[in-house]
Amino acid sequence: MEWLGLKQWSPYIVGIGIGLLSCVAFLLSDKPIGCSTAFSRTSGMLESLFRGGKVAEKTYYKKFAPTIDWEWMLVVGILIGAFISARLSGDFRVEWVPRGWSDNFGNTPVLRWGVALMGGIVMGVGARWAGGCTSGHGISGTLQLAVSSWLAVICFFIGGIATALLIYHVF
Amino acid sequence: MFKTLHAKKDVQLVIGLLIGIFFGFFLQKGGVTKYDVIIGQLLLRDFTVVKVMLTAVVVGEIGVHMLKSLGRAELHPKPGSLGSTVIGGLLFGIGFGILGYCPGTMMGAVGQGSLDALFGGILGLLIGVGLFSEIYPVLEKKILFKGDFGDLTFPRLFKVNPWVLVIPLALGIIAFLIWIETSGW
Repeated sequence: MEWLGLKQWSPYIVGIGIGLLSCVAFLLSDKPIGCSTAFSRTSGMLESLFRGGKVAEKTYYKKFAPTIDWEWMLVVGILIGAFISARLSGDFRVEWVPRGWSDNFGNTPVLRWGVALMGGIVMGVGARWAGGCTSGHGISGTLQLAVSSWLAVICFFIGGIATALLIYHVF
Repeated sequence: MFKTLHAKKDVQLVIGLLIGIFFGFFLQKGGVTKYDVIIGQLLLRDFTVVKVMLTAVVVGEIGVHMLKSLGRAELHPKPGSLGSTVIGGLLFGIGFGILGYCPGTMMGAVGQGSLDALFGGILGLLIGVGLFSEIYPVLEKKILFKGDFGDLTFPRLFKVNPWVLVIPLALGIIAFLIWIETSGW
């Protein structure tokens, strides 16, 4: 069981694992793996704490009800699974600012967290606008040969590569 | 198809959690829950993310289409349109480049102790999807269905048996991965 404690596995082993996991999800749950809808449901749940039952009346939450479902549990599971993996390998550590960021832009958490917050906002709007993220479109959709997903993942990477190059080479 | 299993809501929540745990475990072991690895991919210096994703697609497309051919699974392709998929996809990409995580890997990053994913990423993503729910009624009327093509798949578009595309795509991806490896990425 030594391999469970390794810091990094081959990307091909990991890819095979995720591919098989997708098959298990289709077989046992009749669902493709996805992540971003769970955030809409959570945001709806948080909103209803402040605004009560009216939230469920919003057009968007009629489509994606603010409740805990299969995918919501999956997203919680990701956090737990990554924690287990990192603990087993000794890779777990509280990191205020990632290395690649601090090497270029300094190690002030406020700057990095502020930028991450902005990125998260844009990504959140984009994910729901496109109807999926790197998991739902990028893996689950492309493996079903869905036209929408191949188009989406190409746009994800065009936008992502252009933005990262701009941030790291211009600023 | 395990129809009775699919209908058991409580059991499904547990299965969802377990699949998530494995997913998060794999993502962390692959290194793709790390900002440096993801931004390295977007800067075209490190191809780990592409290797993981494309390998998952090869295994997943063969497996899922096999399950479908055996009558054990149904496909659920997402609908799309130029107005939703292209504009949303580019916006997602911009956010992806700024944040350096995607929604799933961000949760994994929190699990490994990355505070920027917790205090920046999760908060931002929740605000972003909340904003989207506010503007949704207008977008739905004006943009989201422009150039709509529905839940089309490539086999239906080309009117061929899915396997006619599944096998060449798998071989093409494998050839691409071998090329990436031999050219030193």
